Amino acid sequence: MIELRDVAYNYGGGDLLSEITLKLPPGSFHFLTGPSGAGKSTLLKLCYGELLASAGSVRIFGDEASEMDRDAVALARRRIGVVHQDCQFLDHLPITDNVALPLTVSGRDREAEEQNLQDLLTWVGLTDRARALPPQLSGGERQRAALARAIITSPDVILADEPTGNIDWEMSLRLLSLLVELNKMGKTILIATHDLNLIRSAKSQVNARVLRIKNRRLQLAGADL
Amino acid sequence: MKRWQEYIWLRLTGDAQSDRVVPRAGYSAWLVVFTAGAMAFLAVFALALSLAAGRLADRWGAELARTSTVRISAPDAQVAAQTSAALNVLKTTPGVASARALTTEEQAALLQPWLGADLPIDSLPIPQLIEVVETSEGYDAEGLRLRLSAEAPGAVLDDHTRWRRPLITAANRLRSLGIVSMLLIGLATAAMVMLAANAALAANAQIIRVMRLVGARDIYIARAFVRRFTIRTFGGAFAGTLAAMLAVALLPRATDDVGFLTGLGFVGFHWLLPLLVPMFAAIAAFWATRTAALRTLGRLT
Ligand SMILES: Nc1ncnc2c1ncn2[C@@H]1O[C@H](COP(=O)(O)OP(=O)(O)OP(=O)(O)O)[C@@H](O)[C@H]1O
Ligand SMILES: [Mg+2]
Repeated sequence: MIELRDVAYNYGGGDLLSEITLKLPPGSFHFLTGPSGAGKSTLLKLCYGELLASAGSVRIFGDEASEMDRDAVALARRRIGVVHQDCQFLDHLPITDNVALPLTVSGRDREAEEQNLQDLLTWVGLTDRARALPPQLSGGERQRAALARAIITSPDVILADEPTGNIDWEMSLRLLSLLVELNKMGKTILIATHDLNLIRSAKSQVNARVLRIKNRRLQLAGADL
Repeated sequence: MKRWQEYIWLRLTGDAQSDRVVPRAGYSAWLVVFTAGAMAFLAVFALALSLAAGRLADRWGAELARTSTVRISAPDAQVAAQTSAALNVLKTTPGVASARALTTEEQAALLQPWLGADLPIDSLPIPQLIEVVETSEGYDAEGLRLRLSAEAPGAVLDDHTRWRRPLITAANRLRSLGIVSMLLIGLATAAMVMLAANAALAANAQIIRVMRLVGARDIYIARAFVRRFTIRTFGGAFAGTLAAMLAVALLPRATDDVGFLTGLGFVGFHWLLPLLVPMFAAIAAFWATRTAALRTLGRLT
């Protein structure tokens, strides 16, 4: 699905990431951890083409990211659901419309997906807040809405950046079980998180690999998890 | 052709849902409507000016091409001799294509509208008229006058239409100016829309970013802007055009067909031409917004 080989990245200064090799095969479940500022969000951005690698090769659904034109990037993003760390909502639209945005922009019939949309809002516990605007939501509510938006189109790949950062443990487990469910349906999942408890809990449910960014490199986390 | 129409239609319609994605831009939207209206108003006047100048140039040109006249006023006994002398002079004058003495019946016909049909024309001392048709280069009027006065003292060259020659040039120039003005107005409208579109795109940068993140193609994002600016411009231009047409229709009409200022109106099917102004304004807006949007989007990651 998504493949990084010998990737390096820098924001203009020294390399933030280097020699990153990562392969997300279909149906795999990965966690990405590492200290704050290690470059987890940056790595995810490389995976959906928001950033282009300074060196090495990033292949998204088989296509070299640096050679994709803008339409190709847009079409690839429809197959990747992303939970952004800072959510990225349209603040003038109510939550339902924000969650349905990927359907809207890809020209899909919203009516046909209405039931799906309602179910999803129920799952993340936002039915009451559906008409609220994003700035009126709590941090945790926003993250749940962001997750709902990421999976509304039933994408092949789900990249989640700290999806449970502001969420209580119970709700975190709920969201995790949703992601596990999707993984069992064959979706490819990568979650960046600090939450070691979440990782432990997931490992009891699925066969998840845990990666850690340390000293700019990516390594497989040990059995301490 | 079919595909092109379909394409424009898609750009302009788009569902209500996608239209809400980009928030409405309050008063700056009205600036576009107003400016488009004002531009259309000016364009219609420039059009009226062009058409009127064109009509005038054509009419004067036709009259000019026709004739000038030489009048022989002499005692009866000398008329025939002077007429033939004048004809000889005219035949040897460069720039004169032909010269012909009018018959008595023709002269009577010319006078009839003024003096009535049953005029005993033979009993009146009416000068003999010679119709002179010039070549496109024209003749030297002063030189001809001198030669005529030498050969036929009673001959008077009446070239009343020749003074219009520079006026025809002026009228043609005016027509061109009108056309250039319309082009400038069109370009200015496009430029104005492009500035407004750029401002709107900049104001909505974050929204565009989010739309890209969830997989919107550039053309989809551009459509939201293109649709709005095209409709606003068309609406404004349509109102401006109607206002200008009304103003033109209310101009005082005079029967004096030489009066230029009073001839400014539209004639016949020309009344339909101003209706093209909103169309062209909409096309200009469509093109300008689309160019601005795709250019701006192309610069994002
Ligand atoms: N647009 C940017 N321009 C310059 N530097 C940036 C930019 N974005 C991030 N950085 C820097 O890159 C480093 C890695 O950022 P990143 O967001 O990938 O970290 P992270 O691992 O996701 O951290 P956290 O766990 O706090 O979310 C940080 O030091 C950050 O300051
Ligand atoms: Mg981060």
